[in-house]
Amino acid sequence: MSLLQIEDLSLSIHGTDILKRVSLTIDPGQIVAVTGESGSGKSMTALAVMQLLPIGASIDGAIRFKGQDLLTLSEAALCALRGAAVGMVFQEPMTALNPVKTIGDQVTETILIHKAMPRLQATERAQEVLTRVGLPPDRFPLSRYPHELSGGQRQRVVIAMAIALRPKLLIADEPTTALDVTTQAQILDLLKGLVQEYDMGLLMITHDLAVVADMADQIVVMRQGEVVESGATTHLLKHMKHPYTRMLFEASDHQVILPDPVDPRPLLQVTQVVRDYRLPRKRLFDAPGHHRAVDGVSFTLNRGERLGLVGESGCGKSTLTRAILGLEDVKEGEIQLNGQPVFTGHKPNLAVRRKMQVVFQDPYGSFNPRHRVSRLITEPFHLLKPQPIGSEKQDRIAEMLTAVGLSPDDAGKYIHEFSGGQRQRIAIARALIIRPELIVFDEAVSALDVSVRAQILDLLVELCAAYDLTYLFISHDLSVVRTITDRVLVMQAGQIVEQGETEQVFASPQHAYTRTLIDAAPTLPDIGQYVA
Amino acid sequence: MSQVSPVSLLAERSCWTRSASARNVALMLRYALKRLISLMISLAVASVVIFAVIEVAPGDPASFMLGVNAQEDTLAALRAELGLDVSKVQRYFNWVGGMLVGEFGTSYTYRTPVAQMIADRLWVSLPLALYALALSTLIAFPAGIYAAARRGKAGDLTVMGATQLGIAVPNFWVAMMLVLIFAINLRWFNAGGFAGWDNGFWTGLHSLTLPAIALALPQAAILARVMRSSLLDILGEDFMRTARAKGLSRRQALWRHGVRNALIPVLTIIGLQFSFLLAGSIIIEQVFYLPGLGRLVFQAISARDLIVVESVVMLLVFAVITVNFLVDLAYAAVDPRLRGRT
Repeated sequence: MSLLQIEDLSLSIHGTDILKRVSLTIDPGQIVAVTGESGSGKSMTALAVMQLLPIGASIDGAIRFKGQDLLTLSEAALCALRGAAVGMVFQEPMTALNPVKTIGDQVTETILIHKAMPRLQATERAQEVLTRVGLPPDRFPLSRYPHELSGGQRQRVVIAMAIALRPKLLIADEPTTALDVTTQAQILDLLKGLVQEYDMGLLMITHDLAVVADMADQIVVMRQGEVVESGATTHLLKHMKHPYTRMLFEASDHQVILPDPVDPRPLLQVTQVVRDYRLPRKRLFDAPGHHRAVDGVSFTLNRGERLGLVGESGCGKSTLTRAILGLEDVKEGEIQLNGQPVFTGHKPNLAVRRKMQVVFQDPYGSFNPRHRVSRLITEPFHLLKPQPIGSEKQDRIAEMLTAVGLSPDDAGKYIHEFSGGQRQRIAIARALIIRPELIVFDEAVSALDVSVRAQILDLLVELCAAYDLTYLFISHDLSVVRTITDRVLVMQAGQIVEQGETEQVFASPQHAYTRTLIDAAPTLPDIGQYVA
Repeated sequence: MSQVSPVSLLAERSCWTRSASARNVALMLRYALKRLISLMISLAVASVVIFAVIEVAPGDPASFMLGVNAQEDTLAALRAELGLDVSKVQRYFNWVGGMLVGEFGTSYTYRTPVAQMIADRLWVSLPLALYALALSTLIAFPAGIYAAARRGKAGDLTVMGATQLGIAVPNFWVAMMLVLIFAINLRWFNAGGFAGWDNGFWTGLHSLTLPAIALALPQAAILARVMRSSLLDILGEDFMRTARAKGLSRRQALWRHGVRNALIPVLTIIGLQFSFLLAGSIIIEQVFYLPGLGRLVFQAISARDLIVVESVVMLLVFAVITVNFLVDLAYAAVDPRLRGRT
């Protein structure tokens, strides 16, 4: 008998169909990965197993856990099951823990809900579990609060809560999506180890096909609430039948060929830049401490060059970017664009700043929802003198929208009428409309689905050919940086530890940290041979 | 799983518990000390501002107090009495120094020590404010939590409707209705006046009950709505889902993980309400004929009794700043993330 058997599961929320006849099975000790793009229903499948669906959900079919249909159980019986027989790990470790309770209390709580035992004994159990997930109490006392831990450590606490009672089934919903690659590798290892040790079934929800290929025994590919293909990992990778599966794998590994850069003259020169942040005082009358976020960074970006910047969270990428854009002054060193300083004295040099534009990560949060597209993308016009008006303005709007693959008619629409990918195109149009000398892409494709990401990467190549773009491409995703940049900087703890031709850095990394990063990043199996 | 003997685990545990909770206490104390220093600074700044506005402002306080037709010798006598014949800096320090030892000067209109007057009024206003605040919290917390737990259902709609009414209806009207029903018809309470504390605590409390309810109802309506919306925000948080995934029922999750997190905005409102209740209850004091601070300020302003005004204003500033200090401490007690902050 399978551990978990989902049969013909259909789900609708307030009348909207979310899942359509989904079926899958998990055996003890098996890792089943459910994958697909956003809106495919993978998270809802997980929540359906936990029976933690939003209000207004109506569900049909069967979810058999050890032969028992969960859909027929009472709420009380489900409460007894959740946390004890079925554990769940969530995507966002930063918010998945109660900020006002200690980690010890939160892990102990799982134990005490289900097992009647003295508090002291439960605390000991919590210590054992936390030690197992890599948080030994001598270094991470149970009295720590979540905000005192890093993202990876918090995810370990969440895992400890989920496995404290050795559940038969663990559900992990994008457990590593919010984490750095090296942390991701550790958490995935931990999950794999726990599955073996406890003979658990693991239902893993992830959009990252490299993680899927690396971890799973079985793959389930979903699209728009339906399972389009499923099977054993090695078999499925060899014999993908459904075009959607193939498209997903191809898009995940999408390669582009950048046009040759033109006219290699230095455009951006960063010289020995240092930026400190003040830390809170340790004692009342002590001098405040400092955290050096950027530590003696120097590099040159040539006109027409596509430069990548990679590094883990907290390495100083964002601080460096803000300094380049002239949004924050530096403590030491100088940043020059075209030989002109970004900061004169301690004041930003507006004439220089207007030659740079930026595209941000979040296509949903970076537009004013009350303005029309025409107004949104012409916002940078206020930097121009004279500002384009009348038919010239309309022409430029039409040209830009066409250039990013939208229609000139879209100018009159509001931003909520567009999908995530289309919004990112609009963000690019907004950056491009005043023909800046430098564009900064700050994790600009990180929030997008793989198929959309592939389209945006193609768009960038087209724009490079048409407008001779020079850009700085900041990303934690090494595979994207590898294909979309000519040269790459690797940043660690505020310093550039390695820089060079992208292909060369990836093929033969010189610095130990670069090697760690590349090794930690899960890689797709060479699907070229399968996809034909 | 690493094999550790229970005994050594136990020893380890008692060791970290002590050091770690000591650390939390130390953080809390440091936070309290910082807040205390900022309280002192606020008070000092406030005293300068009040002094400057009332005393140093153009015009002669004595002639302002006595009106335009005052005799020159009366003015001179008043100036001497007010201590206006020394330098402004000297006057400021006399004033502040006096307050520090409880010497607020003598009221011009009543010819009695201001300290005594304020103390008498405070014995009415402070208990009334606390009483009203306690009532409003006691009504608002259960109502807000109940409404949030039943979002969109009949219970929620009823509570929301009631709070809407509570906010819309002016409190003096509520006060008059209370008098009409409970004092005139049912004769459970007196229609007004304050029995004083000399006749026993319960007698005093009894005579403050109707005014406290009149003050508390609109405040409770606001507080319940804040509690509800704050709790609803928290219920949407990821960690509430985590709590449910652990096996907690909806109700357990709400009480164990929701309420404490929802308290921060509620504490802010409670702090504001207390400050308001202490001095802003003049209409209610008037309706119930209570000798409170609000009426004292009103009378002092009408009589141009600057010494009283100045002292009461400073006292209120002191109360507001102290309440803010207490609210800050409550924040840190509720939310450990705030303890490390400056």
